[in-house]
Amino acid sequence: MIVFNVNGKERRVDVSPDTPLLWVLREKLELTGSKFGCGEGLCGACTVHIDGHPQRSCITPVGDVQGKKVVTIEGVPENHPVKKAWLAQEVSQCGYCQPGQIMSAVALLEKKPQPTDADIDSAMSGNLCRCGTYGRIRRAIHAAGGKPAAKGGK
Amino acid sequence: MSRRQFVKSSVLAGGGLLLACHLPFYVRDAAAAVDAVFAPNAYLRIGTDDSVTIIVNKSEMGQGVYTSLPMLLAEELCCDWKRVTFQASPVAPEYNHAQFGPIMVTGGSTSVRSEWDRLSLAGAAAREMLIAAAAQQWQVDPSACRAENGVVLGPGGKQSSFGKLAANASKLPVPKEPKLKSGAKKLLGKSLHRLDSPAKINGKAVFGIDVTAPGMLTAVIARPPVFGGKVSSFDATRALAVPGVKQVVVVEAGVAVIADGYWPAVQGRKLLEIVWDEGEGAKVSTPAMREEYARLSATPGVVARKDGDAPAVLAKAAKRFEVEYEVPYLAHAPMEPLNCFVDLKKESCRIRTGTQFQTVDRGAAARIVGLNPEQVTIETTFLGGGFGRRACTGSDFVSEAAQVAKAARVMKQPVKVIRSREDDMRAGYYRPMWYDRVMACLDAKGMPLAWHHRIVGQSIIAGTLFEQAMIKDGIDDTSVEGAANTPYAIPNLQVELHSPKNPVPVLWWRSVGHSHTAFVMESFLDELAHAAGKDPYQYRRKLLAGHPRTSKVLETAAKKGDWGKPLPAGHGRGIAVHESFGSFIAQVAEVSLDNRGNIKVHRIVCAIDCGRIVNPDTIKAQMESAITFGLTAALYGAITLKDGRVEQGNFDGYPLVRMQAMPKVEVHIIKSSEPPGGVGEPGVPPTAPAVANALFAATGARLRSLPMTAEKIKSAVKRG
Repeated sequence: MIVFNVNGKERRVDVSPDTPLLWVLREKLELTGSKFGCGEGLCGACTVHIDGHPQRSCITPVGDVQGKKVVTIEGVPENHPVKKAWLAQEVSQCGYCQPGQIMSAVALLEKKPQPTDADIDSAMSGNLCRCGTYGRIRRAIHAAGGKPAAKGGK
Repeated sequence: MSRRQFVKSSVLAGGGLLLACHLPFYVRDAAAAVDAVFAPNAYLRIGTDDSVTIIVNKSEMGQGVYTSLPMLLAEELCCDWKRVTFQASPVAPEYNHAQFGPIMVTGGSTSVRSEWDRLSLAGAAAREMLIAAAAQQWQVDPSACRAENGVVLGPGGKQSSFGKLAANASKLPVPKEPKLKSGAKKLLGKSLHRLDSPAKINGKAVFGIDVTAPGMLTAVIARPPVFGGKVSSFDATRALAVPGVKQVVVVEAGVAVIADGYWPAVQGRKLLEIVWDEGEGAKVSTPAMREEYARLSATPGVVARKDGDAPAVLAKAAKRFEVEYEVPYLAHAPMEPLNCFVDLKKESCRIRTGTQFQTVDRGAAARIVGLNPEQVTIETTFLGGGFGRRACTGSDFVSEAAQVAKAARVMKQPVKVIRSREDDMRAGYYRPMWYDRVMACLDAKGMPLAWHHRIVGQSIIAGTLFEQAMIKDGIDDTSVEGAANTPYAIPNLQVELHSPKNPVPVLWWRSVGHSHTAFVMESFLDELAHAAGKDPYQYRRKLLAGHPRTSKVLETAAKKGDWGKPLPAGHGRGIAVHESFGSFIAQVAEVSLDNRGNIKVHRIVCAIDCGRIVNPDTIKAQMESAITFGLTAALYGAITLKDGRVEQGNFDGYPLVRMQAMPKVEVHIIKSSEPPGGVGEPGVPPTAPAVANALFAATGARLRSLPMTAEKIKSAVKRG
């Protein structure tokens, strides 16, 4: 039995400890906001916070989060400045990668409330978006950090 | 009973029956179905609570159809936009494509273009009925009433909301020729926020991969390592010993491992022992294919366009240019790997998936499971990217799920087939590999006198359901579009096509034929401009006389992109313009090389004329999107095969543009009253040539092969 905290609630799951956290969240806990994109930690669609750090849940064995705190997209409040900025900048297209993008952005802003473009490059380059919403993601992060959004992407 | 008849009789029976047949609404925790009492057509329902539900027959894959299509109807309905929600339509004749014949499909950048009139008229008819209901109630002439913001206003300050009028309106006849409103638009032309955004940022939007049901099983399929391979024999003993694995079945697509979750299914698949009969597929390799294509390009093909006599003029030319261009196979690589849920019962089959191709997929599934198409339902979820991949002429991802469901029928449990990223990338359906040979000569003024172009590559239509309708006189138009119909004034123009066959499955890929022809046309034209000692922008302008819309976007991109203005040392600008899907787009790219010799794209300025518009911000977003998609193809994208095996599997081998590589993008929309053009695809074609032309301006290296890797650039610089 693996016991850990998800979005403030204690959860117990009876699965093989090598099962990736992503599939436990999606299939056992019905939290399908975290997405499967690559299974190799290459695309960031599965990003969640583990004890406050952004991690790729598709390559994190659930055994490793025993006793830890996991936050998923469902655990980020609707009125969070990052979610509000995502709506204001109209970031989403197909939307599949956005939960992972938002989790990376929330972690970045917690560490660096007013990130530079270089900070954004390094914090966000692990999150792929096939629709090409990068310019809007950058603007949304600046806006959530309180910096007026520049026009035209970068 | 048709859906229209059904809706009508439901209305007569009162709201309760409609409630019982509410349509799938792919947002988890969505409010319960409204008490809809007014449903004058297949696209609209108004509830007594003033809610307006607009039913959308197009798949949402990022392009914003769940907002732009409701805007078209709501504009004419004159409802309160804040009360509008959307629902995905089921598969029914009412929801077939307005232009493509009797199929429900999302593709060809046609959603707004094909639905504009139908949805506008649907909204206008409903408005007229609501006004008539109010007029009847107030005993006034309908012409004394008008609708505004969800309320009908009458003489003497009388007013009634749509919700209050809904029941009476539903008893009135549907007007046969509703009149569109005149005057200023309230919604169209405004950057309204997308209705689907909230669900997409809180994890509640349901994509195909998120679909679940009580007792659902999950399957993965071990597919043959080469195209056309078959299972010769297999041993599933070890796979079946994995906890959670329920069954292993052989289907046409391969060997499926069915388990109580994705992870046990994948663990089980690793332990399968399969002997494959690889057949001819093992002989396919892209280097050999390229040699064959090159050889074919030196021989005459089927003529797709012939103006004047290009071969004869070229034979007499004092100086002729002859070059070869090539582009590789490309994967669509949507972020959501392909998947499909099937719940097969004795006399019904419920499919839930993100597809662009509902009618074709339904037919394929029905044939496999042995039911009539009417017994098969498809509920369209959100699509985690489509780009053409989810409109598969072979219905591959739906067919394989239907095969698995049929083989596992005895289990009486719904099953969802999920592809891993590697499955998704290796199981085929690519943008074809293309090889082009172009020969040209110039007149005394340096302008093109003859252009002889041979295109070599697989037809995406040959061998599909669409072959008879779409291949004419040996020409698949999707192979030559963008070249055979070039707007450039070239007196002697000949375009020929070779369509070799091989086992690699190919498919439309965002912007289809234009994705390669624009690269060739716009790069080679740039070469000719430089050879003639002319400015590439002015050279194009001169050749576009009589094409005002193309010229206008070209001029706008040049102006906004600072064409001709000084640049930092080592930087260069390139320009490209292309018409596709009824829209005109020009782009100016600014690039330099980084210290490792890779292209760094700094800025792309885009001008688009797509005629009358619905939502400007959506158009901007689609241009940003298309440019990013085009950049991935220009800089990184290539699927290659060795001994029949696809060499790429995940995003390490098939990289996409990431945040740090994303240039600044600026989009300028030309004001236009022309008929609407497409928006989803036409932004892709100009990007690769604009970047290639900018690279030439910056370094003198002319790359005629995509992707533009550091290695290719280095050898091109050396060549001079």
